[in-house]
Amino acid sequence: MQEKDKTRRKVLIGLTSAVGLSGLPFAATPFIAAWNPSAKAKAAGAAVKLDVSKMQYGQQIQVSWRKQPVFIVRHTEESIASLDLALPKLADPNSDQIEEPYRGLNPSRSKSPEYSVFSGVCTHLGCAPKYFPEIEPKPWDATWNGGFFCPCHGSMFDIVGRVFKGVPAPTNLIVPPHMFDGSILTIGEDKEL
Amino acid sequence: MTEIAGKLFTWINTRLPIVNTFERHLSKHPVPSKVNFWYLFGALAAVTLIIQIVTGIWLIMPYSNTEEQAFSSIEYIMRDVDYGWIIRYMHTTGASLFFAVVYLHMFRGLLYGSYQKPKELVWIFGCTIYLAMMAEGFLGYVLPYGQMSYWGAQVIISLFGAIPYIGESLELWVRGDYYISGITVSRFFALHVVALPLVLIALVFLHLVALHEVGAGNPEGVDIEEHLDEDGVPLDSVPFFPYKVLNALVAIGVFMTVFSIIMFFFPEGGGYFIEMANFQEANPLVTPDHIAPVWYYAPFYTMLRAIPDPLGGLIVMASAVAIFFIVPWLDRSKVASIRYKGIYSKIAITMFGVSFLTLGYLGTVGVTEVRKTMSVICTIIYFAYFLLMPIYTKYEITKEVPERL
Repeated sequence: MQEKDKTRRKVLIGLTSAVGLSGLPFAATPFIAAWNPSAKAKAAGAAVKLDVSKMQYGQQIQVSWRKQPVFIVRHTEESIASLDLALPKLADPNSDQIEEPYRGLNPSRSKSPEYSVFSGVCTHLGCAPKYFPEIEPKPWDATWNGGFFCPCHGSMFDIVGRVFKGVPAPTNLIVPPHMFDGSILTIGEDKEL
Repeated sequence: MTEIAGKLFTWINTRLPIVNTFERHLSKHPVPSKVNFWYLFGALAAVTLIIQIVTGIWLIMPYSNTEEQAFSSIEYIMRDVDYGWIIRYMHTTGASLFFAVVYLHMFRGLLYGSYQKPKELVWIFGCTIYLAMMAEGFLGYVLPYGQMSYWGAQVIISLFGAIPYIGESLELWVRGDYYISGITVSRFFALHVVALPLVLIALVFLHLVALHEVGAGNPEGVDIEEHLDEDGVPLDSVPFFPYKVLNALVAIGVFMTVFSIIMFFFPEGGGYFIEMANFQEANPLVTPDHIAPVWYYAPFYTMLRAIPDPLGGLIVMASAVAIFFIVPWLDRSKVASIRYKGIYSKIAITMFGVSFLTLGYLGTVGVTEVRKTMSVICTIIYFAYFLLMPIYTKYEITKEVPERL
């Protein structure tokens, strides 16, 4: 075989391989896309509504949105006023490090000054922090002012879900999109956003 | 009758290399004549793999991979399927003992330099088997959909979220839902029972083919190929069959005794083989007070917890496994076996062993300040063993290796 023919053959092999390989992403698409949430899963993850007017002051309830806990806390005026006490302990008091939908709107971080609404999924590795509203020394913090403590790896958050310094959780608890219609709270949807 | 059987055998053998393969890989395959008990764990790992495959197939039959029925189908296996309980306990005990023998098998490799030239590929295939086993074990642990299945998976899948930019969408893609749902369980089921077992079997095949090409090692680190008899067979060798096979049968007998004692008397292994929280059905809204992995992941989980930043923790944990792959190039020693290596290697491997066991213990208990400091120290020792290996193996004084076994 002549040198010229060898070059031709190489070019042809290269071109054929390139054309063949370009089909790979197309062939892979259905296999990758089939792992996305299905229409059924998306529908099951739609917004949830609840009436929060029956909540006691200081009470925390948890609702399930997309089967993840969402914490709702009803604050008293005193507890909102005492939020500043925890300020030196906080890593990111103004939620600058995360996408916060209602930044600066209320000290409660939500669309309502009285209620806090945030995800109950620890931003470290996804456990559900527990609510300890008592203002008393705790094994994990001698000057505990009430808040959330994660039993898995010891992350701490204040009563509006802001993370403490020096704990494994990197950011504040995430505030999901939500809206209030009177006392009816919708989680997972906000027409104004 | 025997004549017909003989003819049939010849007929097959001229079409399928039965005698050739038997001779090449068993009856004429030379292995070192003198090895110790450390060299038995490879055979035990093979036995455990077979146990896992057989019991696994039987568990697929009554198991249901839906969110509503996964947990109750496990209870159904335990209570209503005849002998279902023993098949499940064989599988859970088998999983723990599979890791136990593989850890011992790997430690043997580190002790006697079973990764040194020309055995690098044997070692790399082995490391890949270990990696596939870790994935296989994790996926299997999610299937009963108990509390620890759920929250363990939650923690592990959240690790993907620590990857910058693509993390969150990757998490959603892996789960296929906004939480670990039946959708996640059924895809993990497919991977656990079909995809990864195929990968594992293929890797074990490659591990053995590569091993038979370069030949098995021995605790002296002597190259038996140096002294051959007139037929080209190493003088310090015996055929694999029947010598090593019968040898292994004794070990298998002992192993089966231990296996049965665990399976019949301590099937949960005191909460280490099946964690107590997994006897409750998964509840996405309530985290158990204490989340701990099964014991065989505990050392790596401790490293993850020791690093405050999730991405940093993920990198350290992944590196802790990945570093095994490059051991053949980290060891610069002239000798293979710890028997002839110097004092630094001996100190290093002892400290490594102790730190690995301590990390394992720390991963199964809660976090306190003291334990956190210990985790960090042990993690540093763990990595120092590998990263300083090029230095201490090169500059230490080694002993003379004998000519013959």
